[in-house]
Amino acid sequence: MSTLQPAATPESVSDEVTPAPKAKKAKRSATGDAASALNSRWASLVAVIIAVLWTTPTVGLLVTSFRSQRDINRDGWWNAFANPGAFTLENYRQALEPGSSASFTQYFVNTIVITIPAVMLPIFLASLAAYAFAWVPFPGRNALFVAVFALQIVPLQIALIPLLDIYTNKLGLGNSYWSVWISHTIFALPLATFLIHNFMRELPGELMEAARVDGAGHVTIFFKILLPLLTPAIAAFGIFQFLWVWNDLLVSLIFIGGTPEVAPITVRVAELAGTRGSAWYLLSAGAFISMIVPVVVFLALQRFFVRGLLAGGLKG
Amino acid sequence: MAHNTQRRSAKVLATLAAVSLGLAACGGSDDGGSDDAGGSDSGATKIDCSVYEKFGDLKGKEVSVYTTIVAPEDGPHIASYKPFEDCTGVKIKYEGSREMEAQISVRVKGGNAPDIAYLPQPGLLKTLVATGKVIPAPPETEANVDKNMPDWKTYGTVDGKFYAAPLGANVKSYVWYSPTAFKDKGYEVPKTWDELLTLTDKIATDNPDAKPWCAGIESGDATGWPATDWVEDVMLRTAGPETYDKWVNHEIPFNDPAVATALAEVGKILKNPKYVNGGQGDVKTIASTSFQDAGLPILDGTCFMHRQASFYSANFPEGTKVAEDGDVWAFYLPAKDESSKPVLGAGEVTAAFADRPEVKAFQTYLSSTEWATERAKTCGTGGCLTANVNVDPELLKNPIDNLSAKTLTDKSATFRFDGSDLMPGAVGAGTFWKGMVNWITGQDDKATLDFIENSWPKS
Repeated sequence: MSTLQPAATPESVSDEVTPAPKAKKAKRSATGDAASALNSRWASLVAVIIAVLWTTPTVGLLVTSFRSQRDINRDGWWNAFANPGAFTLENYRQALEPGSSASFTQYFVNTIVITIPAVMLPIFLASLAAYAFAWVPFPGRNALFVAVFALQIVPLQIALIPLLDIYTNKLGLGNSYWSVWISHTIFALPLATFLIHNFMRELPGELMEAARVDGAGHVTIFFKILLPLLTPAIAAFGIFQFLWVWNDLLVSLIFIGGTPEVAPITVRVAELAGTRGSAWYLLSAGAFISMIVPVVVFLALQRFFVRGLLAGGLKG
Repeated sequence: MAHNTQRRSAKVLATLAAVSLGLAACGGSDDGGSDDAGGSDSGATKIDCSVYEKFGDLKGKEVSVYTTIVAPEDGPHIASYKPFEDCTGVKIKYEGSREMEAQISVRVKGGNAPDIAYLPQPGLLKTLVATGKVIPAPPETEANVDKNMPDWKTYGTVDGKFYAAPLGANVKSYVWYSPTAFKDKGYEVPKTWDELLTLTDKIATDNPDAKPWCAGIESGDATGWPATDWVEDVMLRTAGPETYDKWVNHEIPFNDPAVATALAEVGKILKNPKYVNGGQGDVKTIASTSFQDAGLPILDGTCFMHRQASFYSANFPEGTKVAEDGDVWAFYLPAKDESSKPVLGAGEVTAAFADRPEVKAFQTYLSSTEWATERAKTCGTGGCLTANVNVDPELLKNPIDNLSAKTLTDKSATFRFDGSDLMPGAVGAGTFWKGMVNWITGQDDKATLDFIENSWPKS
């Protein structure tokens, strides 16, 4: 599932990024030389080739999802256009067909219930932390910030079993949504803090000083002045986290398991092929069903995504 | 259609039984009969509930079950719990996952184990018992196992202690073929191993456009297992069950001459470019063809035989008739001669991780003939064979299940469990698979066996 998602990213980014900077910066700075060097026909051609190469497998998967099992077995997806009458919605019908215990809608709802708090919580906590790291002087601030950021290096897999042990035996959360929400928040915080912190540092200090002269405390400054200015960074990280949580299989599988009442859509897609993998031909249809929402969200917010990532990245 | 009628008559019977129960209760002093009459609406079979009374009042309790069986195959499983739920009032919470084999260890270590897990390999049971979290089976379950599946008891036993009752079963010693193709060409189903080799050669000469055998061992991170089944099956035939047991328990080394003979015999078929790989290409394509697709060329005539377990029937596309007079069917992989009949198979065992009366009651139910019968009756698309020998094979309506049940209960059959499932994980789910992939792609017999022998855990 997650392998499908990145395919959408580079193509949209390359479409977006290549024309945008070259229009604005081409004539001005020293980097302008580099930009104009890239602004040739050859560069565009290379960009187009990369985009095509990158998109082809996804297109193939999309075409395959409309073909019957027999056709998929017989020849490659590119032969499908020779006989358009053979296209069928059967795979989608079967993938959506309620399983023995729950319908696809149930899993969709579960994913939404998991995703929304798992995106909101880290954004809220990370922006508070980022504010402290950026604008509240306290001893050991830089060391602590480096420590938080360095946590990104730790792979989340090593925390799975200890966390599960804490949730079930110490906190008594068991297989509840809380376990996933908290886990996703924990795993997201380092990157979120880093991105939002870097964005916050770029804001002019005079803004904060002026507010303080007018008698505003940290709380007022944060909510009234900074939060509205932070929108691009928050949106960028929000999309990032949204995609990650929506496509996540591992964390949910470990912390809440695969029971239909709580399992997300990724779990259902992973089980689509059946006990011994005999229904493998449903996977492409299942993948596209689960992709609809992330693709819509990404397309709607991709402006923020590129801008926000660049804002964070330049600083690093 | 036949299935529907069957259901309906079961319902009628159940209602009749309930009514007579109700009448009997009226004769008595209390009004306990009314509950029973209410339950008959479900159409589930009535079983003898008194067995579960000694576990106390279990009404409203819950038992979680964790298995590898997912939709759509899970429906019939859930349906088979109904009589138990009706009897005791226990609610069974079912969870299936294809990642279960990896997940179960994580959950057990994280303290979040299910009450009962269906373990697809006895080797996995051994690993889990080593964590100290598996609860030994109650005496009631053990009694059921002694009665219903005595041959299988050892697969649920670790270090002399009985933990897990066997559950589902499958038969691996099958060769899939097309009855129509055989009839058209005048081929006979072979009765001995030599006849099988003669037939193979005959098919290769008669059909320049097709190959007698097709095989595929690609299966994600388990790539190689279908080839290990080949070796085990042939080992049972060339070396006999006793030597097979020694081999599995490492009482003889993996590169023993007996194993070398078996591997060479497999190589006569799988490594002969004249005999494989029907519908795919040369010998090496065996390694890259997925086991799900490997037998499908039988349907288009580019391949004649495919050795795979009974569960392979689910891989044929919808509309394929799997029956003796249908599009595909299976014959028993013949032994050296007709006097012996070794059968290779596999199945699940049920391990418990909770020491509660309702869990014990459910374990006992799963090992009972009542459960196995209900499983056969509520069977959906097939794969409902159980390790229980006291179930009437005729209850299994699916032809291949029916054939497998008869193969398993055949008095002359010697059953052996899939060896790679019994060997230590490092070999059975590691180097044995890997070795077979290397062997298919060109490594010689000796190097392959030496490689696997050297990887056997030393302790």
